[in-house]
Amino acid sequence: MATRSSSYFPDDTLYPGHRGLWQRIHLDAPLLVALLALCGFGLMVLFSASDQDPAALERQLIRLGIAFALMIAVAQIPPARLRSWSPLLYGVGVVMLIAVLLFGDIGKGAQRWLDFGVVRFQPSELLKLAVPMMLAWLLSARALPPKLLWVVLSALLTLIPVVLIAKQPDLGTSLLVASAGVMVLFMAGMGWGMILALAAVVAAMTPLVWIGLHDYQRDRVLTFLNPESDPLGSGYHIIQSKIAIGSGGIDGKGWLNGTQSHLEFLPERNTDFIFAVIGEEFGFTGILALLALYLFIILRGLVIAARAQDRFGRLLAGALTLVFFVYVFVNTGMVTGLLPVVGVPLPLISYGGTSMVTLMAGFGIIMGVHTHRLRSRG
Amino acid sequence: MLEANLEDRKREGRLVSIRALIAGLLAIAALSLVVVRLMHLQVDQHDHFTVLSRDNRVKVQPLPPARGLIYDAKGVLLADNHPSFSLEITIEKVGDLEATIEGLSRLIRIEPQDRNRFERQKRQRMRFQGVPIRLNLTQTEVARFAVNGHRFPGVDIRAELVRTYPLGEHTAHVLGYVGRINEQELARIDKSNYAGSQFIGKGGLEKAHEALLHGQVGYQQVEVNARGRVIRTLESQPPVSGKDLHLYLDIGLQQVAKEALGEERGAVVAIDPRNGGVLALVSNPSFDPNLFVEGISQTDYQALLSSPDKPLFNRAVRGQYPPGSTIKQFVALAGLASGVTTSRRATYCSGAFSLPGHSHRFRCWRRGGHGALNLEQALVQSCDVYFYDLANRMGIDRLSGFLSDFGFGALTGIDVAGELGGLMPTREWKQRVRKQAWYPGETLIVGIGQGSFLATPLQLAVATAAVANHGKVIRPQVARAAQAPGASAAEQLPMVSHSIELGDKQQWDQIVNAMAKVVESGTARRIRSTEYRIAGKTGTSQVFSLGQNQRYSAATLPKHLHDHALFVAFAPVDDPRIAITVIVEHGGGGGATAAPVARRIMDAYLGGATVQTDVGAERGD
Repeated sequence: MATRSSSYFPDDTLYPGHRGLWQRIHLDAPLLVALLALCGFGLMVLFSASDQDPAALERQLIRLGIAFALMIAVAQIPPARLRSWSPLLYGVGVVMLIAVLLFGDIGKGAQRWLDFGVVRFQPSELLKLAVPMMLAWLLSARALPPKLLWVVLSALLTLIPVVLIAKQPDLGTSLLVASAGVMVLFMAGMGWGMILALAAVVAAMTPLVWIGLHDYQRDRVLTFLNPESDPLGSGYHIIQSKIAIGSGGIDGKGWLNGTQSHLEFLPERNTDFIFAVIGEEFGFTGILALLALYLFIILRGLVIAARAQDRFGRLLAGALTLVFFVYVFVNTGMVTGLLPVVGVPLPLISYGGTSMVTLMAGFGIIMGVHTHRLRSRG
Repeated sequence: MLEANLEDRKREGRLVSIRALIAGLLAIAALSLVVVRLMHLQVDQHDHFTVLSRDNRVKVQPLPPARGLIYDAKGVLLADNHPSFSLEITIEKVGDLEATIEGLSRLIRIEPQDRNRFERQKRQRMRFQGVPIRLNLTQTEVARFAVNGHRFPGVDIRAELVRTYPLGEHTAHVLGYVGRINEQELARIDKSNYAGSQFIGKGGLEKAHEALLHGQVGYQQVEVNARGRVIRTLESQPPVSGKDLHLYLDIGLQQVAKEALGEERGAVVAIDPRNGGVLALVSNPSFDPNLFVEGISQTDYQALLSSPDKPLFNRAVRGQYPPGSTIKQFVALAGLASGVTTSRRATYCSGAFSLPGHSHRFRCWRRGGHGALNLEQALVQSCDVYFYDLANRMGIDRLSGFLSDFGFGALTGIDVAGELGGLMPTREWKQRVRKQAWYPGETLIVGIGQGSFLATPLQLAVATAAVANHGKVIRPQVARAAQAPGASAAEQLPMVSHSIELGDKQQWDQIVNAMAKVVESGTARRIRSTEYRIAGKTGTSQVFSLGQNQRYSAATLPKHLHDHALFVAFAPVDDPRIAITVIVEHGGGGGATAAPVARRIMDAYLGGATVQTDVGAERGD
């Protein structure tokens, strides 16, 4: 098998000289550096956003440690093995989602957790990886682009967990899982006609979805359309985050000096709305730098996907990268008032463990796809 | 097969790469959209949001001043501020109001009347304002809520200083009370000075001295979080508490006066003729002013309003009664001053008086007549005919002009809000109000204090004090001095007076002596005192007009048609220290029911032995 022929970006032109070491430990240096920079910046912002609470910082640092360790561990797994685990992982994930609905713990008005005594586990996080793996497994067995049957089957396999998660209810996660499925299909080269048809189906289902939504979810959408209608109710988040970001200006108020965030005007300021703290304290320039960092990570992930050696790796690396992009876009869009408020954290910066661990595991997969190369000239 | 596979693989690789490229471009486009949005927020609208952010965190909170306290002449505290804790619900912060109240009622006792008040006030206030669901929480209830408060978002404990009147009904009519500021008041007051205040004087002294008692509002500029919790104070200007008032009023005397009136409806006004200080001001029956401070319940209010005793009616300053014979010494003075009569000139009383050329007979209270009387005798006997004749000869213009100098028909200017001015009938008044000419017969009626002539007990007391003062008419004042908090000395409130000059100063003595004789041997002789000399005058005020040939009979008339009993007096005669008016509604004769009340008050004030009151059915005006 000739591997060079599938490579549009020869490795030695990107980082000549380092190839041996990085490939042996199965990590991607540019991605790793960017992720470390991002997490470092995230810790700094979090320190400010949690009112300089060293305990919060410490907990986040521990999570980051676990997440990075997991990333390195996952990166060691050859994509072929991941591929073979995919159906099992998916099956276990869906069963656990059903279990959550039947006997899950209720936290903040939603059933999301499974309590195993020692650890509380959020199965929906697993699906963020299991769904793209399952679809990549399904589609990589056949020539690309996929035929209609496989597209429909993929859509069904995506829809099952998405509906289960939406019922918890967890709109943010179900959106991310759905986008993971869509991204696999997109990377697989699904025809533009089919993409349009899918979009039409989604549009047609909107009224049905509207009926199925919980009151608070409907409120959010309505609030998004006119945030000033209820300044102390559901529009409050958006108004306050816009004030925080807008008052930051070009240079920002300086680290630890954001008045909106420190005076508790800004709700969820260390989780979903942490982007507003960055906007307030670091200003437009700070945000631009952050977005550039995100863009670099996304582009690097796409490059890795394009250069991957097999279908499974290409689809999975591409989809996981694009899910990461969806995170970034939905969160920043929601905090700046471009999109409705959906519970999506700012990846790798928001306080909280589960999504970070899943994201880093995803980056482990991407790095693994990049570094587990078939023996050239073998 | 292998070659084809290889071709396919190449094509697939290209396909995925193109998709990655498209995805990359889409990502750049999407993030650019965010950047554009951020530029709009952070560059274009930066100034706008900066202002919003500043407004957001800096709030100016008014600091209400503590209301001045009120002390009586001997330092007894009459109006106090005590901290009161109330439980307030901010409607818009509460999801399920019913469930919240239900939950609260399991923690803290909430009576149906609390619910009613809450429902009433809920409609009057904005959704973001707190509405009290319970007032006057006990310490235990405050503690119990403090522990469970987190379960009730939007429910807070509010501490404020609430006015209390420890002596309740004894001070209600003179002090008035404070209550929540209403809309009309809001339009009238300086809104910024009342920004933090909940209460305002609604009547009496509290209203008249509102400016002194309220004080000056303070401000603090605070940084608050979104929940309104104060993070730190940036700047503050402390409020200036209202001034404490020290009164002339003697609460001991006030209590004696109320006791002396007993169950009777009536009023007592006692003033110090030397300075106009109001020593006692009683309207009976009274009410508990504390009920009004936090807003009286509808049932309590209805009960007070519908009571036939009219407890809310301040008879002392708002009760306008025909003064009856208590006006005669002033008419006599007017006669002397105008030269129409002298102390020696006698008039014959046959029991009735008719104007020349008229058949109408104006009767004396004594049907058989008094015979020939000089001025002193006429006062002592309270002969009506003498005064019909005197008034007739003087004419209404001179008569009302002179009486007006004593303050009749005008506000006295007392520092108790709500005073009424009575009515001093004049030719001009009748033309203006009744559109009729003055009839000579009306002058006669005015001469004995009946007809349209109306005076308040306060006006009578002021006029009596003026006689005691030999002409110095003093504006009555309840408050003697105001003391700023922390100040060592109280500043005296100014005394206002004017004088009535008589050509012959002896005329004062002639009247005073006649009034002394009224008590020594006249219509008020039953209150004669051996310890000090009293000058007084009894009076009866008709509630019910008798026909030409009818006789008044207390036995056959229902109580509410009985005459009002009046008595005015001052003592001691040689060095007057107290001037007093007593009115007992439907009390019959002034000498029998009103005078003993006055005697008890004078005894309490001047230190005499209390008189034996043998209330008889004897009729004497």
